[in-house]
Amino acid sequence: MIEEFMGYQRPNGEVGIRNKIAIISSVVCVNHVVQQIANKVKGAVPITHPLGCGQFGPDYKNTLNTLIGLGKNPNVFGAVVVGLGCENISSRLIAKNIMKSKKSVEFFDLQEVKGGSPAAIEKGIILGNRISEKARELKREPFDFSHIVLGLECGGSDSISGISANPVLGIISDRIVKLGGTTILAEFTEWIGTEHLLIKRAINKNVAEQIHELLSGFLENLNDLGINFLGVQPTPGNIQGGLTTIEEKSLGSIAKAGKSPIQGLIQYTEKPKGKGLWLMIEPSLDVESMTGLAAVGANVIAMTTGRGSPCGNPVVPVIKLCGNPKTCEWMAENIDVDVSSIIKGENSVEELAEVLWLRMKNVLNGEKTQAEKLGFNDIAIWRNTAAPFQYMHCK
Amino acid sequence: MPKHQNNFIIMHLDDNCVTALEDISKGSQIQIRESFIIINQNIPLGHKIALEDIRKGDLVKKYGHSIGIATENIIKGDWIHTHNLTSQYLKEVAK
Repeated sequence: MIEEFMGYQRPNGEVGIRNKIAIISSVVCVNHVVQQIANKVKGAVPITHPLGCGQFGPDYKNTLNTLIGLGKNPNVFGAVVVGLGCENISSRLIAKNIMKSKKSVEFFDLQEVKGGSPAAIEKGIILGNRISEKARELKREPFDFSHIVLGLECGGSDSISGISANPVLGIISDRIVKLGGTTILAEFTEWIGTEHLLIKRAINKNVAEQIHELLSGFLENLNDLGINFLGVQPTPGNIQGGLTTIEEKSLGSIAKAGKSPIQGLIQYTEKPKGKGLWLMIEPSLDVESMTGLAAVGANVIAMTTGRGSPCGNPVVPVIKLCGNPKTCEWMAENIDVDVSSIIKGENSVEELAEVLWLRMKNVLNGEKTQAEKLGFNDIAIWRNTAAPFQYMHCK
Repeated sequence: MPKHQNNFIIMHLDDNCVTALEDISKGSQIQIRESFIIINQNIPLGHKIALEDIRKGDLVKKYGHSIGIATENIIKGDWIHTHNLTSQYLKEVAK
């Protein structure tokens, strides 16, 4: 049987599982304007952030490329980009780049609209509605799983995550890869200690060297700064929970990425260059990571959590799976797939992988995740000018 | 492939430890691979139990991979944690 899902064809050949209108702030100053436009346009989501001006060098490029990437995400039908008019990350620059994906894109600056923000909101709603009408004409069609780009994420992990939710997600990551799709593992600081295993899974020597350079370079940079990262990992809370070594902690974390070969490393705003499992260079904050996954074209994200997390993403549905029975009960409204029967000894990891698979297929076909139902549109852009992250530019 | 059985989970058939899925008391027994293991210490949820005797300097395996080196002789049924296991990666890679 051929596995299929119902998605939206994009002009550039990519396939979305949602048909969103992205209302994008080019700069922090227009966040409220963008939020109010998005509130009034059917199918619209706000993409707001605290950046967009006074940035330079790699930090400027990274913010710009993230906003472009979010607009280009296959779950987005079209976009309205709003600027203020005096910032260096301009609405025009973002919009012109999103247009390269042949989507409907409009842009304007608030300072050019007579009447200030009320007039700008009105203008944005008119432009948004025009795109939204076109979006509603597009119908879902069947596609195979080679069009799926699954982001692998964890947040609020506990000592149970590594033996329950993470291996469950690993099985599904391998399945997507086998079906010709793409999966992306981020959060490289949670790979430390498993370098030798990741290197063995690299498809060639070059990729193996990149993994080695990334992790050893990171440790060297920290050393130079007098930061003993490994002295504090695992954390006291991890140790109390039963995790003894950094290897054990990271093995639990990389279990999300199953056993598939590693095709290569990508930067925070760089699209994978092919199908299969990819590693994204991004430190370890879940919302920054999910923003990056969305910006490189993930159409769905699965996030494991032990302690519980409410976070979502404006353009990519985030499926939460949780292995901690108490969290599943206390935060039921934030959890999509309860895998706590593993630690209750009632179900196997394989059985719960089938539960996640069914839920994921429903989400691909349009069923809303808990974060979508709650309207959670979290965006955090990684600012890679912080000194420990200077090494990030792959040689 | 992880096998679950009552109050512990083994993540891979090559592993020489299992993870407790609930607090397990000293003196109780767990059954695995048709043999019984008597638990030598109280084991909290999420902590590891030795499936076999592990000599000082030997690798402790979970997920089918090494999670570190035994710093003392570990007896079948012992609690494995920071008192008898240390990172090999820290020692050899991140000197």
